Amino acid sequence: MPVFYGEIVESPLLLGTSLYPSPAIMAEAVRASACDIVTVSLRRESGSARTGQDFWGFIRDLGVRVLPNTAGCHSVKEAVTTAKMAREVFGTPWIKLEVINDAETLAPDVFGLVEAARILTDEGFQVFPYCTEDLGVAARLIEAGCEVLMPWGAPIGSARGLNNVYGLRSLRAHFPDVPLIVDAGLGLPSHAAAAMELGYDAVLLNTAVAKASDPVAMADAFARAVEAGRIGFEAGAMEPRDMAAPSTPVLGKAFLE
Amino acid sequence: MAITVNGAPLELAPGSLAAILEALEYGDAIVATALNGDFVPAEERADTQVRDGDRVEILAPMQGG
Repeated sequence: MPVFYGEIVESPLLLGTSLYPSPAIMAEAVRASACDIVTVSLRRESGSARTGQDFWGFIRDLGVRVLPNTAGCHSVKEAVTTAKMAREVFGTPWIKLEVINDAETLAPDVFGLVEAARILTDEGFQVFPYCTEDLGVAARLIEAGCEVLMPWGAPIGSARGLNNVYGLRSLRAHFPDVPLIVDAGLGLPSHAAAAMELGYDAVLLNTAVAKASDPVAMADAFARAVEAGRIGFEAGAMEPRDMAAPSTPVLGKAFLE
Repeated sequence: MAITVNGAPLELAPGSLAAILEALEYGDAIVATALNGDFVPAEERADTQVRDGDRVEILAPMQGG
């Protein structure tokens, strides 16, 4: 079972709460996914509607742990300030740290990310950095105090799956004891299974479930996929080979020509 | 005084950040506040004066990925 900053969680699936057809479907999808952690954000409270208060009540009723994000932050200062505001509102030291570099790809600004991670760790936060699979960046984030890393599979919301399997495998091999979560870019349950088969501890996704024709069924499919992928990894997969190797014994085959 | 609250211009009587939240009827809503880009913890709102031209952000829990 994954352990994040000393907290044992049952499910290797973290689910976002955005983009669902309705709050009721979101809640049902969360239940179907069997996830223990959902991601949330902070936004301007809109006028007298107080939608944020309703949303927060809804999430609390689900009985899951929340991982607030700093989505949309393009500078270290913005991200750090947002994290502080999130800690007060959500009452958790956990923060999914996003420092975005590029508006088209939502690629992380890895330099700003390391700087913000250091500041937040020093202030007592437990940082989940949304990063790339770059080994040097990973090392810097760990030096900065991160005990979990969240490399992207592909750009957020792109449904491309694992763009760089080699890079993700390499990251896993270089940091065998650091909890690793593939965050972003997954579109299919098989993408999530593939991440788990690489030995990743968990996956984080949102759009793949929320934008499915049937989000609740898709949440269930992802729950099964991460479980299958995790067991598959633990079972130890065979090595691929280029040539065929018969599975039926050759010895004892009748001569029938 | 003229201030900006969540990006919208507002004309309000001078006062503390806590008073402004009260005037805007946030009551006991769960929100976090920032003044001119800096976080203001809930316990410091009463002692934080808002001045003409200041930017106030009032943020609440929202859906996120």
